[in-house]
Amino acid sequence: MPTSYVYYPGCSGLGTSLEYEISTRAVCQALGMELQEIPDWSCCGSSPAHTVDHVFSSALAARNLALAEEMGLGTVLTPCPSCLTNLKVAAWRMQERSFLQEVNKYLEQPCENQVQVKSVMQALIEDVGPSGIRERVQSPLKGLKVAPYYGCIMNRPPGVMDFDDPENPIAMDQILKALGAQVVDFPLKVECCGASYGIPRQEVVLHLSGKLLDLARVQGADALAVPCPLCQMNLDLRQGQINSFLQQDFQLPVFYYTQLMGLAFGLEQKDLGLDKLCVDPWPALNRAKQRQAEEQEKKGRKQKQRRDRQDSAAARSASE
Amino acid sequence: MYPLRLDSQYDSRFVQDVREASGQDPNLCYQCGNCTAGCPYTFVYDLPVHQIMRLLQAGQKERILSSRSLWLCATCQSCTTRCPNNIDVAQIMDVLRHMARRKGYITEKNVARFQESFLKSMQRHGRVFELGIMLGYILRTGRFWTDMELGPKMAFKGKLSSKPHDIKGKQEVAKIYEKFMGGPK
Repeated sequence: MPTSYVYYPGCSGLGTSLEYEISTRAVCQALGMELQEIPDWSCCGSSPAHTVDHVFSSALAARNLALAEEMGLGTVLTPCPSCLTNLKVAAWRMQERSFLQEVNKYLEQPCENQVQVKSVMQALIEDVGPSGIRERVQSPLKGLKVAPYYGCIMNRPPGVMDFDDPENPIAMDQILKALGAQVVDFPLKVECCGASYGIPRQEVVLHLSGKLLDLARVQGADALAVPCPLCQMNLDLRQGQINSFLQQDFQLPVFYYTQLMGLAFGLEQKDLGLDKLCVDPWPALNRAKQRQAEEQEKKGRKQKQRRDRQDSAAARSASE
Repeated sequence: MYPLRLDSQYDSRFVQDVREASGQDPNLCYQCGNCTAGCPYTFVYDLPVHQIMRLLQAGQKERILSSRSLWLCATCQSCTTRCPNNIDVAQIMDVLRHMARRKGYITEKNVARFQESFLKSMQRHGRVFELGIMLGYILRTGRFWTDMELGPKMAFKGKLSSKPHDIKGKQEVAKIYEKFMGGPK
């Protein structure tokens, strides 16, 4: 049964997180989720706006919520945690009548605060579910060890975001497991990657994102999976900078979780955007395949040994 | 050591303003230090966040607003999530940053310039144009070597759109911007 949603892609989907945008759309289509883009959507203001003024950031978000209301579908989905936070925090603040009135002073089309905002991930879990995802899998990601890194604001603050656990979220773990991947323990699931300080205070990001890569490696992960364009950029695009800063040699691909979904669904390469990742993902994917093949072979050998033993035991008892 | 004069430096107006703007009661803080323990940015802060809370209780406006920490907080929500007394600490930090900006205490200039470049790009096009933000930042700071090696990498991956995406309603966005950030330059 196809479900329709209002869709807010966010600015980074037009540039630095192109592959997230492509793979999100492809995966949703494969699962019968229809995404209707808000016509003429504008920037949500992201963190720079809320550091200036809360009415300012809410007005920027509310322009989009007002356009979404007109579409009459009830729920807006966005893949980007930063957009998600801004839209959700604005909606949360606008529950107070006086705040809503204040925001509406700055809008051409007034917002009534009538739509629900969710992440694409939340809709995947609540409306499709891990079993629905598992059913669609064609080539399971067996053997691939993935560190699930959610970033700091997907689920926090819990009172506003109202989905999954704020300290130990598991939605993406469930998705990755449904794809057949092996999810490693990752205690820094919600620890901040350094956010947008990469440009003005680069060393802050290199230090914080370096910790995440280090933990992923310690946990034996082949790759990280993320839902956030800013986290992805810090961990992937800046991995070379992190390596020189920390004297390390990390080679960890950082997938958007939707790319891994597309891969397991057997979608076409053009719908995955794997070639957009800076750290080449293929060595890790091939390593996982090889590991899986070796496991299979070992299993086969063990089964054969067991069968042989049983056969010889049967032969012995027959001869006695 | 920074001496605190609780008799002469307590700014009750300031405390009241923070209370109203944040909707939080700073006096609920009992200095357990959980916020600082979880804050990923303590290593670059001049004042750890629990000290900002204590200084706020003591009405130390000047000391707080001139702190670099306000500009290095990424609003990652660890403090808010972990406060045992349910204080929205990140909200207080945000409100303090608003005040610092309005009163001209911009202690991390490049952070503020980055934020300006971002918002300026949004004002101009309705959506942010990443390459434009970068160029705007470089022009504002003169730091032309910033991430120089990343540009070609991204361009090669086809991830750096060379054209802005102007929307039809960009005037609406510009109007909101100008109300809060001042007129067009």
